[in-house]
Amino acid sequence: MQAPVHHVVGLTSIIRERLLPISGTVNARLQQKVSPNDVVAETRWAREHVLLDVAQLLKVSPEAAERLIKCKVGDEIPASSEIAIGKGIFPRVARTPRDGRVVAVGGGQVLMEAGESKMELRAGIPGTVIQIIPNRGVVIQTAGALVQGVWGNGRIDSGLLVNLMETPETVLTVGRLDVSLRGSVILAGMVKDEETLQAAADLPVRGLILSSIFPSLLSKAREMRYPILVTDGFGSLPMNSAAYKLLSTSAKREATVNAEVLDRYSGARPEVIIPLPISSDPAPPNDVETLIPGLTVRMRRPPAMGMIGSIVAIKPGLTTLASGLRAPAAEIKLENGDTVIAPLVNLEVVG
Amino acid sequence: MLAIDVGAANTRAVLFDVIEGEYRFVASGIAPSTAEAPFKDVSEGARSAIENLGKILGRTMLDASRSLIIPSQADGSGVDALVVTLSAGPSIKTVVVGLLADVSLDSARRLTESTYARIMDTIGLSDQRKPDQLIDSLMRTRPDLFIIAGGTDGGASRSIQKLLEPIGLASFLLPQEKRPAVLFAGNAKMEAEVKKLVGSLATSLHFTPNIRPSLETEDIDPAERELARMVVNIRKRQIKGVDALDLWSGGHILPTAYAMGRMVRFLAKVYGSQKGILSVDLGASAAVIAAGFKDKSTLKVLPQFGLGENLSSLTGHTTLEDILRWSSLDISSGVLRDYLYHKSLYPSAIPATKEDLAIAQAVARQALYLAMQSARRDFPQHIARIKPNLTPLFEPILAGGGALSDASRPGQSLLLLLDSIQPVGITTVILDQNNLLPLLGAAASQNNILPVQVLESGAFLSVGTVVSPVVSSKYGTSILRAKLIYENGVEAKVELKYGSLETLPLAIGETGKLSIQCLHGADIGFGPGRGGTIPVSGGALGVVFDGRGRPLDLPGDPVRRRELIKKWNWTLGGG
Repeated sequence: MQAPVHHVVGLTSIIRERLLPISGTVNARLQQKVSPNDVVAETRWAREHVLLDVAQLLKVSPEAAERLIKCKVGDEIPASSEIAIGKGIFPRVARTPRDGRVVAVGGGQVLMEAGESKMELRAGIPGTVIQIIPNRGVVIQTAGALVQGVWGNGRIDSGLLVNLMETPETVLTVGRLDVSLRGSVILAGMVKDEETLQAAADLPVRGLILSSIFPSLLSKAREMRYPILVTDGFGSLPMNSAAYKLLSTSAKREATVNAEVLDRYSGARPEVIIPLPISSDPAPPNDVETLIPGLTVRMRRPPAMGMIGSIVAIKPGLTTLASGLRAPAAEIKLENGDTVIAPLVNLEVVG
Repeated sequence: MLAIDVGAANTRAVLFDVIEGEYRFVASGIAPSTAEAPFKDVSEGARSAIENLGKILGRTMLDASRSLIIPSQADGSGVDALVVTLSAGPSIKTVVVGLLADVSLDSARRLTESTYARIMDTIGLSDQRKPDQLIDSLMRTRPDLFIIAGGTDGGASRSIQKLLEPIGLASFLLPQEKRPAVLFAGNAKMEAEVKKLVGSLATSLHFTPNIRPSLETEDIDPAERELARMVVNIRKRQIKGVDALDLWSGGHILPTAYAMGRMVRFLAKVYGSQKGILSVDLGASAAVIAAGFKDKSTLKVLPQFGLGENLSSLTGHTTLEDILRWSSLDISSGVLRDYLYHKSLYPSAIPATKEDLAIAQAVARQALYLAMQSARRDFPQHIARIKPNLTPLFEPILAGGGALSDASRPGQSLLLLLDSIQPVGITTVILDQNNLLPLLGAAASQNNILPVQVLESGAFLSVGTVVSPVVSSKYGTSILRAKLIYENGVEAKVELKYGSLETLPLAIGETGKLSIQCLHGADIGFGPGRGGTIPVSGGALGVVFDGRGRPLDLPGDPVRRRELIKKWNWTLGGG
């Protein structure tokens, strides 16, 4: 059976597509070196629209209003401008209520865009632009360590990685956050209260890498302006040993936290990238592996949820689990020396 | 005939073939679904499921390039026909448009809820938003689909026209590739007007007969059919590989829920009695409730009660305490909350420990209970019932979907169904362990004999006949006495006490005569206190008597409740 790979890898090529949600302008050039905060593409979009029913305002038929409308699609019009004047000694006038750009004219109506917003697409990872996708974005390649997570709050930033985790079970509390951590990405463990998230915002930090978070804190976490990435899940889960080893030994390195919101269909997922110097490009990691003995896997559900182990054997046929269900299963030797039987669908490959 | 069901968690390939002159279910192969990353191609999971089926049968069905061999070859490889059902994919973001809240908007909502859609916004005559505010709202929502109803045939058109203007303008403002599909199911006289206002701005514009041709009548069936076709087209745009399956099957691809609804409609017509026919499917993508009555059928798809990616938002519809009331183990609300969030990350994961199974079953019970409560609101008024606030009378109840077919013992599945559906009177419960019902619904379009012959071949597991009296009494009071006379003349008796479950064995394939005497005004569908004698067929659990009250009366004390749940599980052999 094939299983998806949860990437926790010390050195690999990382290739990421960065796209605007709507058409826009790509600022980056091919082969350009970019930092995570560089704007690689931008676009403008209207926050609001204004529909002016000129026919109704002038008390004329839509056909007559068509002839009286003076503006056309694309016109940038300031507030209170006359866009149509009626007939007669005291003609009625249709004016624009606010600044805007005309996007459609027809049927005696004028539709304007107003309150334009600018959207900037940042590189998200440090690297080289290897492809330009016209009007939409870029593809960036870098090399380094990669640790994927299971939840992100949608923010991106980078900074020096500081390790506050003595063990994979460490809980981050307000008391651990002091001014020396300002501007850092913090390897932080579990978070169990809102005050800690707020204290990190007040410093401010450039990112929190958590092993787990209480579900009740997710809405607060989404409000934070700095990236929050969760490596293992919800509740009180320690960090999986592979991520812990890799991240805790990368302290004092520059780390990018792209806490992208998990999208199971596009494949977007939160990740930490730690760029490393290379002499030649390492191979990119596989996204899918066939489950075979010897593979390193992570347990998605109990028993031993979150633990890393190695497949000893794939059991033939169906195996009766402790729950009584029968399913294809494997024997897993966990890193603590225990051996467990787990259904194949509950395993994900780590690598 | 090969049939493939592409679910949110699993993809199944099922072979039906002619054995001794009749169509039979032969075998099924299963593989994880691949709609999501990193695969992002549903045909990959379908190929793996076909390969697994091929291994079981020792038969080749894919060629060297892993394409389906169709039609079958002289060497025995391949298949003659393929049908596909599909429930994988994100909920289809839908905006419902109509005139009056209690009339066309209500019918449009019912139509929308017949597929894997999520209603993002509702626009009606009473909407206080200005047209430009509506445009902004639609631009933020970015719907995949508009369902527009309103106006009786030949009736109002100006009001509908006013509602269509912002829809047309919002569609115009969206990028070409993000424009929604539009289904118009309103005033039949407005076709030309609708084409003019939104025709060139929608990805596709479909017309169907008015779902509310007059204020008093509702006719959803033709629109459901059209909507099913549209959903497949939307999935083709959203998910890679659907087009390949569509090509292989020659266009015989249907949304799973629609295919199930079609089968229930068929069964209600062919086998229907005074009672309705109920089919429930509890899977990762949605809870689906299809009910067939003599004159009308209802189909309700509830993605919010699916046991997959939407589980983290289940607490928006219920409390943790209401879920935990079903658990046989003492589980904290914190553990349950963490479970819901974790399971939404990994919908295909299965419970491997007893505690995980207890949580999964409690969640499944509450999800199906809520789905049933929601579906009941749309059942027709004049159907056979014992009490208006209870589940109507059904015969039989069919149940499928991952949560039910994965249970280790039939007793576990039956207790889950009794707790969540809370059937009343006398009914037969049938488990669709291989999730065949939707596939038969899809197969019917290619071969109308196949579904009938497979249904009658024993491919489904009859769990047993369930007798659920409606009565209010004290715990431990006798509410019913029953005597089962077997074919060989042997008799077995049972006395059912309020608050308990009892069984009488009657093996699959056996029949018997069941005489029931109702006490304390208990009603099993014959009237309060009236008993009777009925023929019964055997099942995995024989005849099951559920004396726990309707609505189900669970003790408030958690320790006593958990003990009782364990006892009930034990009685039904659920462990």
